[in-house]
Amino acid sequence: MDLSAINPILLVASLMVAATPILLAAIGELVAEKAGVLNLGVEGMMIVGAISGFAIAVETGSPTLGFIASAIGGALLSLLFVFLTQVVLANQVASGLALTLFGLGLSALMGQSYVGVRPPQTAELNIPILSDLPVVGPILFSHDPILYLSIAIIAIVWGMLKYTRVGLILRAVGENHDAAHALGYKVVRIRIMAIMFGGACAGLGGAYISLVRVPQWTEGMTAGVGWIALALVVFASWKPWRVLLGAYLFGGVTVVQLNLQAAGVAIPVEYLAMSPYLITIIVLVILSKDKSSAPASLGRIFHASH
Amino acid sequence: MIVLEKRPQPSRVWAYATPLVAVLATMIAGGLLFAALGKNPVEAIRIIFYDPLFGEFAYLDRPQLLVKGAPLVLIAIGLSLGFKAGIWNIGAEGQYIIGALTGAGIGLAFYPVDAWYVFPLMVIGGAFGGWVWAMIPGLLKVRFGTNEILVSLMLVYVAEQLLASMSLGLLKNPEGRGFPGSRNFSDFPGASSWISQDAGMHWGVVAAFIAVIFAYILLNRHMLGFHIRLTGEAPRAARFAGVNPSRLILFCLGASGALAGLAGLFEVSGPAGQVSIDFGAGYGFTAIIVAFLGRLHPVGILLAGGLMALTYIGGEAAQMGMGLPAAAIQVFQGMLLFFLLAFDILTNYRVRFSARKAA
Repeated sequence: MDLSAINPILLVASLMVAATPILLAAIGELVAEKAGVLNLGVEGMMIVGAISGFAIAVETGSPTLGFIASAIGGALLSLLFVFLTQVVLANQVASGLALTLFGLGLSALMGQSYVGVRPPQTAELNIPILSDLPVVGPILFSHDPILYLSIAIIAIVWGMLKYTRVGLILRAVGENHDAAHALGYKVVRIRIMAIMFGGACAGLGGAYISLVRVPQWTEGMTAGVGWIALALVVFASWKPWRVLLGAYLFGGVTVVQLNLQAAGVAIPVEYLAMSPYLITIIVLVILSKDKSSAPASLGRIFHASH
Repeated sequence: MIVLEKRPQPSRVWAYATPLVAVLATMIAGGLLFAALGKNPVEAIRIIFYDPLFGEFAYLDRPQLLVKGAPLVLIAIGLSLGFKAGIWNIGAEGQYIIGALTGAGIGLAFYPVDAWYVFPLMVIGGAFGGWVWAMIPGLLKVRFGTNEILVSLMLVYVAEQLLASMSLGLLKNPEGRGFPGSRNFSDFPGASSWISQDAGMHWGVVAAFIAVIFAYILLNRHMLGFHIRLTGEAPRAARFAGVNPSRLILFCLGASGALAGLAGLFEVSGPAGQVSIDFGAGYGFTAIIVAFLGRLHPVGILLAGGLMALTYIGGEAAQMGMGLPAAAIQVFQGMLLFFLLAFDILTNYRVRFSARKAA
């Protein structure tokens, strides 16, 4: 065992990379839940995003196009959820599960010819002076653009929810859809947009795994990240900045665990590998006492009866 | 303009008809999918749905129907109790794995003692393992209000890692020349779940039928079953009627965990034969589809389990015969759940086509 092989600077830098897929998926789900929709299909949308982004990046040779495709792929899959929950008013829990099961199958089908293929590399930002700074350089200034985009999305969602009229309407729809409807807001339309935003973010997060983090395509490669993202929204009590905090915490656990595996700690690999899931459970237990911040209409079916 | 009008009572006709409509729609959509993959859709549907039952080699496939259907029915019956009451155990896959591990562990500990009491002890061990695994989300929900969906699902990944650890470590066959996986139960008749391998009969099939009967009696003739239904349909009324929600949560999760654990044990000591990294085959997740397709009704689940087993067997045949990708069957099963949920609107709402615009 050689713990000195673990470089703290690289650790923090790779922590941010490990956290980004969770971060993207969780902020998308946060917006959907703020609008009162509980979408358990995050895992499915992520994995479909992962393969659509991967396929397009390989075919075109452009990671940028891949990421765009992944967002579109995730949003398209979320349209199935939209149809089930907003048009034919199906139970949201069951519909979300259906989305995940379907997405896992669909991605395996789409990804058949991409197993073992190497995707084009996503370029890292290289800012002349800043990236070369010691400590701060590798941690803050030499990541890929998507990582910065994910942080920007957090900031934008926070600002939108807190300071804009759109955010206020979104929250109103999530807190009390009947009142929002009575005020003349288009409940269903707003929810559809929130769900699609969630799908696009989950898709981006999935592609971040297949194009940057791993980078490779294997079946079921998201391995529960989508579910951890769902737990993270609860953990963050529906606050954007706490999503960031939580995602980096989970990223940290994942990276430390991987580093310990590599360093050959006496704990068997399997027990280290289960630690992120166990920690998710523990965090859920600690934080689930306070449910007051959950949107009041979360998961309820809206039907405008006249 | 299409207007949805809520029915005062769910339509009974549509409640029975929607699963059938959903199956038909899935066949059509699945056919289109197979056509898009460059396969003959009619032949694919025939190979999947007709040949295993009535084809030339059906005598080989029919026993498989029992083998694949039993774990699905067993797990889905347990899940349906919780789903009826709005308690969402979606970690059956984990309970299935843990049940298999504890049950097989007991059996392997007795090796090579070939006595009558070994298998019953394994059965108890399997049910207990699954029950314990489901009690974790149960107790956390009762005590701390933790979301059972997320906890039970996280525990699936934990169980998968435990399975990997066990099949490479503690339960590994000492005479296996270093290969992963436990001793094979086919070399250990006292601990095998097979009754007749040629007929596809193992104790899991028996257990599945017993579970269907018990669930039917529980839901229709017993106070506890009434409380389950009441909690699902009118939670507030249930509280006034004196239903103890904590007890109900623990019962539903515990029962589904024990049944999933049993399914795991029967699978590992029979059809799978040994504890290995990939003995699971995802029955725990497919059972969710079975439970919904069976309308959370015991008899319905029995039929749905048979149908889903058919897609597994026919799917394998189509893989070998037509080169249909394995994932296509997974998509097919996912689609089934989609169509089911979508057509369910006809049960609860009346669709009206009106000329005037909705106010």
